Amino acid sequence: MATLLQVKNVTKSFGSVIANNDISFEVAEGEIVALLGENGAGKSTLVKSVFGLVRPDQGEIFIDGNQMAPGDTAAVIASGVGMVHQHFKLVPVMSVTENIILGDEPKNGLFVNVKKAEQKVRELSEKFGLEVDPTANIEDLPVGTQQRVEILKALSKDVRLLIFDEPTAVLTPQETDELILVIKNLAHLGVGVIVITHKLREVMALADRVVVLRDGKVVGTTTPKETNEAGLAQMMVGRSVVLEVEKGVANPGKPVLTVKGLEVFDDRNLRAVKGVDLEVRSGEIFGIAGVEGNGQRELVEAICGMRLRAKGEVLVSGAATKDMHPHAVHEAGVSHIPEDREKHGLVSSYSISDNLILNQFDQAPFARGWFRNMGEIRKNADLLVKKFDIRTTSPAALASSLSGGNKQKVVIARELSQDLQVLIAAQPTRGVDVGSIEFIHKQLISARDNGAGVLLVSAELDEIISLSDRIAVMSAGKIVAIIDSKGADRDYIGRLMAGLDK
Amino acid sequence: MKLVRAWITPLIALVIAFGIGAILMITQGSDPLRAYESLFTTAFSTQEGLAKTFGKATPLAISGLAVVIGLRAGLFNIGAQGQLISGALAAAWAGYAITGLPMIAHVPLCLIIGAIFGSLVGYIAGALKAYRGIHEVITTIMLNSIVLQFAEYLSNGPLKEEGSIIAKTPPIADSAKIGSIAGLPIGFLLSGLLAVGVWWIFKKTTTGFRFETVGKNKNAAWYAGIAVKRNTVFAMVACGALAGFGGAVETLGVVGKFEPAFNQGLGFDGITIALLARANPLAVIPGAILFGGMRGAGPTMQFTAGVSPEIIDLILAIVLFFVTAPIISRIFRLKSDSNAQVTSGWGSN
Amino acid sequence: MLRLQAVGAVINMMTTALRSRKSLYFYIVVIAIAFAYSVNSVSTVAVAASSITFGLPLAMAAMVGIMCERTGVVNIGIEGTLLTSAFFGFFVAALSQNLIWGLLAAIASGAVTGLLLALLTVSWKMDQIIAGTIVNILATGLTSFFYKQGYSLPAIFPRWSIPGLSDIPFLGRVFFQSGPITYFGLILIFVLYVAMYHTAWGLRTRAIGEYPSSAETSGISVKKFKYINVVIAGAFGGLTGAYLTLELVGSFDRGFSAGKGFTALAIMIFGRWNPIGALLAAIFFGFAQALANQLMIDGLVAIPGPFINMLPYVLTIVVLAFSAGKVRGPAAAGQPYEREQA
Repeated sequence: MATLLQVKNVTKSFGSVIANNDISFEVAEGEIVALLGENGAGKSTLVKSVFGLVRPDQGEIFIDGNQMAPGDTAAVIASGVGMVHQHFKLVPVMSVTENIILGDEPKNGLFVNVKKAEQKVRELSEKFGLEVDPTANIEDLPVGTQQRVEILKALSKDVRLLIFDEPTAVLTPQETDELILVIKNLAHLGVGVIVITHKLREVMALADRVVVLRDGKVVGTTTPKETNEAGLAQMMVGRSVVLEVEKGVANPGKPVLTVKGLEVFDDRNLRAVKGVDLEVRSGEIFGIAGVEGNGQRELVEAICGMRLRAKGEVLVSGAATKDMHPHAVHEAGVSHIPEDREKHGLVSSYSISDNLILNQFDQAPFARGWFRNMGEIRKNADLLVKKFDIRTTSPAALASSLSGGNKQKVVIARELSQDLQVLIAAQPTRGVDVGSIEFIHKQLISARDNGAGVLLVSAELDEIISLSDRIAVMSAGKIVAIIDSKGADRDYIGRLMAGLDK
Repeated sequence: MKLVRAWITPLIALVIAFGIGAILMITQGSDPLRAYESLFTTAFSTQEGLAKTFGKATPLAISGLAVVIGLRAGLFNIGAQGQLISGALAAAWAGYAITGLPMIAHVPLCLIIGAIFGSLVGYIAGALKAYRGIHEVITTIMLNSIVLQFAEYLSNGPLKEEGSIIAKTPPIADSAKIGSIAGLPIGFLLSGLLAVGVWWIFKKTTTGFRFETVGKNKNAAWYAGIAVKRNTVFAMVACGALAGFGGAVETLGVVGKFEPAFNQGLGFDGITIALLARANPLAVIPGAILFGGMRGAGPTMQFTAGVSPEIIDLILAIVLFFVTAPIISRIFRLKSDSNAQVTSGWGSN
Repeated sequence: MLRLQAVGAVINMMTTALRSRKSLYFYIVVIAIAFAYSVNSVSTVAVAASSITFGLPLAMAAMVGIMCERTGVVNIGIEGTLLTSAFFGFFVAALSQNLIWGLLAAIASGAVTGLLLALLTVSWKMDQIIAGTIVNILATGLTSFFYKQGYSLPAIFPRWSIPGLSDIPFLGRVFFQSGPITYFGLILIFVLYVAMYHTAWGLRTRAIGEYPSSAETSGISVKKFKYINVVIAGAFGGLTGAYLTLELVGSFDRGFSAGKGFTALAIMIFGRWNPIGALLAAIFFGFAQALANQLMIDGLVAIPGPFINMLPYVLTIVVLAFSAGKVRGPAAAGQPYEREQA
């Protein structure tokens, strides 16, 4: 089969970070190539270079043997390349049809021919078996359907090469299986496909060929027939993976966090948490597993006083906590590593030392009456920077100068340096380098061993399984099961996440 | 090095602006060297000129500080003008209507009344921002016009001096006037103290930290237990109080009554000064002295070099352009320092 | 065919407006006007005509804001655009003694202010509020420095009575005895409405204002689009400035635009970023002022002049206090757009 895409010696760096280092690979018609690698391995940058969203520093990209000018998205699209983005490129307030025709509108004189456009969408959706309502507004559609629109948008432009960027990150296992069928069907029709992922199972089920990236370099090319998941993992990480986090036996005490009958609405005013009861005991890590978007975020925010509790209550060591006052909940002994650290966790234009006292700035010893006590603030910063291994030139440096992992360490240092009974960690290792992940995991365990009750929410099932003592599975706004993590069966949890087993 | 970087952009901007001003003067057939010489000798070399410069600098410095507080708290206060007029009129009223007080009581009373009426105007904008989500830029501009019209009505109606042809209030009592110490207007000394005070509040107090945290990241501020809305209102009140105080100082120290034709444009120069000073309260003072000198000596320049004093408006506008646009750092390859980011949607908080 | 489409779109729009809940408001307005007309036809016609006269420049200026914000650029420099274009319109017309040259100069200078705003916000990614403020302050500085007294226009644009239509009672006087820029401006507002919701340009513009990277990944150059729209908007602002000096007032003074550019932003929000909505909002503003004026003239109330002058500003704040927060503007307005990295 003919070669569709040739990437030759592409190099791209951002500042001192080399995201792609001399990368070459090819895709043929009807072939499914998986780009496998950890977060930060350079997968996204690579496909953005292919798509013309990023200008590579060096190297050449050929489509059908024609060299593409760097950064020319329009030319790339014109040569038949489409992309399904991880964060959908859909305008929420516009209709499915409007989103699909954007950039290539069927016209009737000066005007957009809406009828023809809707007809075109219907035909496409029939042809590829992707069912959508052309007149629906994007913001009213569930995530899986939005992804279908995103795929249709790509297919509407006569694509011959389709790139999927982490397509399953937001899908349930069932939706994932459907997507795999769709992708295979596309390849069958002769479309070349690139799938970016870090999920080994999907690679094995899907790919004709696997290109493994690590630290911006291609470390190997293989096929699912020649290898297995363990082999791929080894290539990806470069050392044999320690899935087992070292931790001692839990020593749970009395309940420190009790949630009773909690109901919460999301930003679109839909009921996201539908009556949750749970109890976290001191000295244990209580993990919440679930596909993202099943109410975990709203649950955490409601517990922490950041989102209105429509019904139910949250008790810390038996005492009710105040709704919609995150600081009051914090004062009651709940430390929180927020999911969105740039939004809630840090003031990035403040120094590290100010960020380390952000929620205590007006309390002794960091303030004496009206005055801030700079000496104590600096002393505190010196201590925590050392203790939590925050890699910086100085505690006076701005938080914005830190890497993702070190920013997270600042938040963790602040939250763990205070009196706490409960620690709530929401996606604590998201966007964090491998070295910091290990450190953060150790901190969570040591918080547990020091007697805190830890509530861990993560989209990474492996993280939940290896850290937690008990696991609650959340699906469609409810906790569908609570199981002991010892000997927990990954497949069983997966089915629970999908809402299959009750 | 940090200090050099903070000063170099404004300095280059000034040089460029004076250069463009010179070219414009030449096209108008005037001699820029003579004009600038007369401008600077008048403003900065004679005792009399300096007194005038410092007098003019006083309200500029205070309104500049009012804008600085806003910028630090994430608010773009275009309303220093209206707040200042409100304070100036209120102080004039307190200055003539209240009599029989000794100076030691009358002057502070007038200043406080000015600050209160200025803060009232600030409060309206702050509350509309915090509780209705209306961008402060629009409300403060509207309030500028409303306050001006209202002041015109009052000084031409209920508060008008009897028998006067034009709109103005009666002159203030002698016990409300503030003078000079050793050639320096007391008002200017006050503005210096205020600058240090504002600097110190942001450097050392929890109030300043609250304002600044709200300004830099509202979500994190709320999350850390800071009452974002209350602090937004409070910051606008502080801006208004300061600007109103500035208006009162102008009334008591310079004008001696309220007349709508005075006080024009002081608040707008305050915006330019605040941006020129990059929201640093201490840097407001030299900026205000420079502006005050130019404003004070503008008419002389017209007399000696035939240049219309509006050239100063233009020069200041060009200064502002070059200070805020990232153009100088591009041309001179300076490490660009971040600009204040004050935009958010009209309907959002 | 093309023209039929346009007419169809307009008729469709109007009938939808009538069918909906809004028809009630429409009939209330019609009945109120009919009642007022039967009581005092002279004053009613005067108020209605002045509503259009006062409202039109606000509506046109609001279009500048709509075009910019729909592409994600907050334009607080409309005031500067009005001032600059009114200045150039007046002085070019006065010096050349030709209104057409003045009109062209106003439009061109308005476009230049748009270009400046685009440069500051799109290329240099400055804070958009500060960028707009710079446009305003530069406009004030330029126009007050170069302002010279003692110039006058050869004439102002005359009123054109549309044969037949201008004889209709009430409507004829209100709509069909206006100057050329009034007709042109009104037509452009409708054209903008149709273009915004029925053409590819409008679809792309709205997509950029909501979520620019959706447009970028569809092969649309966000930067180019923003430049084009902000410059066209500036030219439209220039037309507004020309209306003010060359058709409405016939003179120019320092600070001539008197805050209309800011009121226009409130009208944009009140009209929900929709050209027709903004037109109606602007006529409402014009009506409030016209009514106050007429009440004064008829000697029915004695309101001091400053309070009449205050009216549009107070109204702006009141309207915003009630409508802001309830309406949602373009999601990406105010944010500098960066093509994605990594």
